[in-house]
Amino acid sequence: MKWLIRSVALILLAATPALAVLPGEQLSNPALEARARALSSELRCLVCQNQSLDESDAELAHDLRVLLRKRLVAGDTDRQAIDFIVQRYGKFVLLKPPFEADTLLLWLGPFLIVLTGGGMVTYYLRNSRAASQPAFGESEQARLQTLLEGPDRT
Amino acid sequence: MTAEIGQLALILAFVMALVQSLAPLLGAYWIDRSLMRLGRAAAVLQAVFVAAAFFILMGLFLANDFSVRLVAEHSNTTQPTVYRAAATWGSHEGSMLLWVLILSLHGGAVALFGRSLRETLQARVLAVQGLIASAFLGFSLFTSNPFARLDPAALDGAELNPLLQDPGLVGHPPLLYLGYVGFSAAFSFAIAALIEGRVDASWSRWVRPWILSAWICLTVGITLGSIWSYYTLGWGGWWFWDPVENASLMPWLMGTALLHSSIALERRGALASWTILLAIMTFSLSLIGTFLVRSGVLSSVHAFAVDERRGVYILAIIALATGSSLALFAWRASAMRSGALFAAVSREAGITLNNLFLFAAASTVFLGTFYPLFVEAYNGQKISVGPPFYHETFVPIFVPLLVLAVFGPMLHWKRDGLRALLRRLQGPAGITALFLFGGIFAFGFAHTLAAFGVALGVWLVSGAIALPLRRISVGQGLGASTRRLLVATPLTFWGLVVAHAGLGITTLGITAVSTWQSDLVRNMAVGDTAMVAGRTITLTALQDIDGPNYQASQAFFSVRSGGSERVLVSQHRFYPASQSDKTEAGIGVGLFANIYIAMGTPNGDGSVVVRMWVHPLVNWIWAGAFMMAFGGFLSLLDRRARVPVAVRQQVTLAGAPA
Repeated sequence: MKWLIRSVALILLAATPALAVLPGEQLSNPALEARARALSSELRCLVCQNQSLDESDAELAHDLRVLLRKRLVAGDTDRQAIDFIVQRYGKFVLLKPPFEADTLLLWLGPFLIVLTGGGMVTYYLRNSRAASQPAFGESEQARLQTLLEGPDRT
Repeated sequence: MTAEIGQLALILAFVMALVQSLAPLLGAYWIDRSLMRLGRAAAVLQAVFVAAAFFILMGLFLANDFSVRLVAEHSNTTQPTVYRAAATWGSHEGSMLLWVLILSLHGGAVALFGRSLRETLQARVLAVQGLIASAFLGFSLFTSNPFARLDPAALDGAELNPLLQDPGLVGHPPLLYLGYVGFSAAFSFAIAALIEGRVDASWSRWVRPWILSAWICLTVGITLGSIWSYYTLGWGGWWFWDPVENASLMPWLMGTALLHSSIALERRGALASWTILLAIMTFSLSLIGTFLVRSGVLSSVHAFAVDERRGVYILAIIALATGSSLALFAWRASAMRSGALFAAVSREAGITLNNLFLFAAASTVFLGTFYPLFVEAYNGQKISVGPPFYHETFVPIFVPLLVLAVFGPMLHWKRDGLRALLRRLQGPAGITALFLFGGIFAFGFAHTLAAFGVALGVWLVSGAIALPLRRISVGQGLGASTRRLLVATPLTFWGLVVAHAGLGITTLGITAVSTWQSDLVRNMAVGDTAMVAGRTITLTALQDIDGPNYQASQAFFSVRSGGSERVLVSQHRFYPASQSDKTEAGIGVGLFANIYIAMGTPNGDGSVVVRMWVHPLVNWIWAGAFMMAFGGFLSLLDRRARVPVAVRQQVTLAGAPA
């Protein structure tokens, strides 16, 4: 299964046998380099199958890593550097989709499911606790009585 | 000629599957024993024919019969024998055949070994299995025939993708499929139960081994896949949140929920209809997992057009299987007994919460995997959902589950007290608190999250160890009660202990590797030295070698840490037949950390790009996963799972609906 997609990815990558981040790309300032690594692992390699810039061997990924580092050296904040790349390559480049109208359900869905499910479980437990209380309550007693006395409903 | 025999076997299997889906269904409805017997015979024959087709295909691969298109496209004469055999399922058509083979073997097993089942139930289970098999044999025959000829025949074949020429290919896909398809048994039992309108203890005792074995295979299959990608992709990632991986994770999560709810059903008769629903959803996710990957729809909506016929067929199968079974559920579930009652603090309630979080986790993965497709179909926008998304949604949902996993097994069935429960957990809680505060102190505030992760792992492990300790009663002598502990405790219980402890081990591994992994990338020539996380790594030699079907550059590294030294070998391979590259990392496996060295193609000047990683506790991730699978295995061995109970209960057919 896995191989199908991986193989497609590999065919795409086959042309550039290298290893993700290259020595020449790295910045001498370790703090900047660390920021660049963190940022590039949140950005998608556009020609790959679900790889981040940080992991990819593709030529385009290399170019984008270099571009990203140039922006950081030029003094961009993380936000600005990301925005710069999004402006050029679109939102598709973000591995973490932005929180907006389109993705509302995506971001809130998981927690809505927990809340709804939690509500249902609570409701179920409450009901079953009520049901496991001994014998009948007053209203049930009354209904039982009418049932026992026969079907005189009209 | 051989290929035609295989083709014929496949067609006969299809016919048998059609018989198997109709005869026993009618037989159960009319109480016609000969029809039900016919269904059993068809199931066995179908398995025989599919097996024949499968092994004929494998034979064609081994014999290098390049007049068969599939063989010519995925194998060649230089390929090592084991990979020629494994290439049988290394392609779309072949893996479909493997899928159907496993399915039909399950059907055959139900027919042969299901004698103690109520006969009508067995017949209906077989009929559902037959329906699934018909759908997939039809898919295989009409859209992806493995036996299609190539005219004129090729002189030599193309090559199996080099990434796949790996021991991983031998074990990973078959186990994954055993898992996926194994859940078909649970599904068939669920549908049969819905048709019969009853679920009872004997039903759940019958289904449980199927669920367990499917779950074990899926667990091991996913773990092998993770190990495989760790060592083969050349940078040591062990999980990518790749749609293809998610496709196997979703049925695993749902199947884990099913595994737990079926315990409540078997032991207490609780959560009956919910368990049925879980069985349906787990198998639906298996289908979606297998086939949406096959159709290529996951990479992009437009990939669908590449082979529209396959895509449409697959969607039709999924829609039909999922839709009709959910409709059946909606129609029939209310007819079933709602199940035993339990208090808000009880083992059953614990399992309900387990199910809630596992269901939510599976839904999260589902959303993340398919949301981009919905958005693209809706307004043409392309968005990506990658690891950062899952870190912020999946993890917060999974952490409470892990915390609760210690409470659950400490609870009594039916009714328990909160205060008594907390008292039972004093020991693990104390140890965990110690690790939590010790961790915050030792790792510093910047790594508070890591301290919590470590504490969570410790909580799970100590909680699991506390379980058997509780069984040693204070009154008896220690020796006597230890003996009693070993003799009187069922294997299922030990399975629980091992599996939950494994969960803790995995948690520790994930925490460590995601917090303390370090890496370094350097241009190195022979004699150069680099330092990573306290290890001194020296490139000692660089040479060219020839493999059976590849050429490689090979580098030797000496790794020194403390007083010890070890030699690691990395390769960069080139496969001429497919013109592709592959990195073989040199991995120094250790209990506390792996050293992982990958090299690129040597530069002209005798230097080479080398990436070095130290992965702390990464092996614990898989060790824990294997422990979980082993726990399941122990549970499977338990006598209670094997002894059929309530053999052939009286058949209440008077009111049995069709």
